[in-house]
Amino acid sequence: MSHESTYQPNSGAERWLDARLPVLRLMHDSFSAFPTPKNLNYWYTFGGILTFCLIVQIVTGITLAMHFASDSKLAFASVEHIMRDVNFGWLLRYIHAVGASMFFLAVFIHMFRGIYYGSYKAPRELLWMLGCVILLLMIITGFMGYVLPWGQMSFWGATVITNIFTAIPVIGTPIQEWLVGGFAVGNPTLTRFYALHYLLPFVIFGVVLLHVWALHVTGNNNPTGIEVKGPQDTVPFNPYYTVKDAFGLVLFMLVFAAFVFFAPNALGHPDNYIPANPMVTPEHIVPEWYLLPFYAILRSITFDIWFLSAKLLGVIAMVASIVVLFIMPWLDTSKVKSLRYRPMMRPFFFLFILVCIGLGWVGAETPDKVLFALGDFQYQMVHLGLTLTAAYFAYFLVILPLVGILEKPSPMPASIEESVLKGRKPAQAA
Amino acid sequence: MADTTNPDRRDFLYIATGAVGAVAVGAMTVPLIDQMNASADTLAVSQIRVDIGQVAVGQQITVLWRGKPVFVRHRTEVDIAEAEAVDWQVLRDPQPDSARVHAGRPEWLVMVGVCTHLGCVPLADRGDYDGWFCPCHGSHYDTSGRIRKGPAPDNLPVPDYAFINDTTLEIG
Repeated sequence: MSHESTYQPNSGAERWLDARLPVLRLMHDSFSAFPTPKNLNYWYTFGGILTFCLIVQIVTGITLAMHFASDSKLAFASVEHIMRDVNFGWLLRYIHAVGASMFFLAVFIHMFRGIYYGSYKAPRELLWMLGCVILLLMIITGFMGYVLPWGQMSFWGATVITNIFTAIPVIGTPIQEWLVGGFAVGNPTLTRFYALHYLLPFVIFGVVLLHVWALHVTGNNNPTGIEVKGPQDTVPFNPYYTVKDAFGLVLFMLVFAAFVFFAPNALGHPDNYIPANPMVTPEHIVPEWYLLPFYAILRSITFDIWFLSAKLLGVIAMVASIVVLFIMPWLDTSKVKSLRYRPMMRPFFFLFILVCIGLGWVGAETPDKVLFALGDFQYQMVHLGLTLTAAYFAYFLVILPLVGILEKPSPMPASIEESVLKGRKPAQAA
Repeated sequence: MADTTNPDRRDFLYIATGAVGAVAVGAMTVPLIDQMNASADTLAVSQIRVDIGQVAVGQQITVLWRGKPVFVRHRTEVDIAEAEAVDWQVLRDPQPDSARVHAGRPEWLVMVGVCTHLGCVPLADRGDYDGWFCPCHGSHYDTSGRIRKGPAPDNLPVPDYAFINDTTLEIG
């Protein structure tokens, strides 16, 4: 929420600066005195954690760029040069590679938290949509970064993903050839992906600023989903949430460091340590783990509908799986934000998490793997993928609008203050 | 004084300036976008000659053309008979075997070895139709390279090619 500035310039230098460029006032009002709901739990520390992730990726990325060669003949060897010869190159590269996974882990938790507590609803629709833009930019950046080492998974991942565009009728193939700069993925593709992989994190940084700006206009949502009614509901951001965020960040860094030092390749694919070869496709192409659910949706549709080919339908479904997030604020018909007070909706939320994890599993397996057989009918991985894809969309397009109408919310506390003082069950306490 | 007595003149200057600016920006987007298309040297390597004298019956060689693998298959009598026996009109991408090979040379099947789904290289002698199988998303192609099962929408494309003599093939 907007609030009166409480900044007091204490020295002559601060007064001089404040009259010319009130940057210290902005910092003070945004990150120190900023009134924040007093009941935020640890799920709310992921905003700070994500800021940390972005900075880690930019810093390690720029240092790696000093040693990387973006030429298809040199790229693979230059990555090995970073690993073997460059001082601490192994550390910088492992932090960068694991960091991408940690970034997505944090962003998924951040988004599930937003969905659970209804943070996407009015008046925070734009805040949520800016977050969706950041997710989209992260996916593009992560994908392009994975191409740069120019291993087998890099090359074939780039081939599969850029070929998605050929599903578009008529103009699809020209678009694909324009994107990769030739008839197939090659040196021009690597060079442009490198340029864009360097650029996009700064674009993300810009959208993050808008995201934080939008957050500071509406103020934080909180686990009760009840809006702040006055000063009794808030505490200043510093020291209360700087300390809480810092503690959450330290726990997160433990996990991060465990991967970097003990299992740096656990989240990658061994085939990417084989140099790219345009003549041989690996037996089993998989994207990075954080893209697996989207990949499962892409290949779940194997039948044509009318004039729409299976290939185009798969692409439409994958694009729709992200677009549907943008319109989520208008699909939810409930007036109650937090699922804490929505008994009918809550089980669907946990089912939805299982659906997303299930899609990730399907994305990692071969499509014709048989799960079970009934007589002649074989229930294959691709069938499970179709079932889960249907469930994914049903959550947004059926459950979200319908449950909001049918459900009777549980009693809610009158304010954040009351929920903090009387616990989570105000009806019994009263 | 002119701006109050003669507003038309100022309006004209506004519109003309804006129009010139828009044209300049529009003209500049052409090189900025077109630079990403295939460059001249990429387009230049578009024709190759292949020696097929050593390819035995039942064997396949793979050559690189325009950055893509091209399968040159010396088909057996069984392969050809199987491809011609198919009721091709009910296929997803209906094409008779005769439209996919040169007349009088049905033993040579030449096609771009890139799956029409998402661009992987299908594996030979695999799948349910004795032809090719794409390991990425499970598309099956028959002995004529036609899509029979799986997500791919089209048959494996046949490039322009010509037989220079009995042992030399020119692709492109």
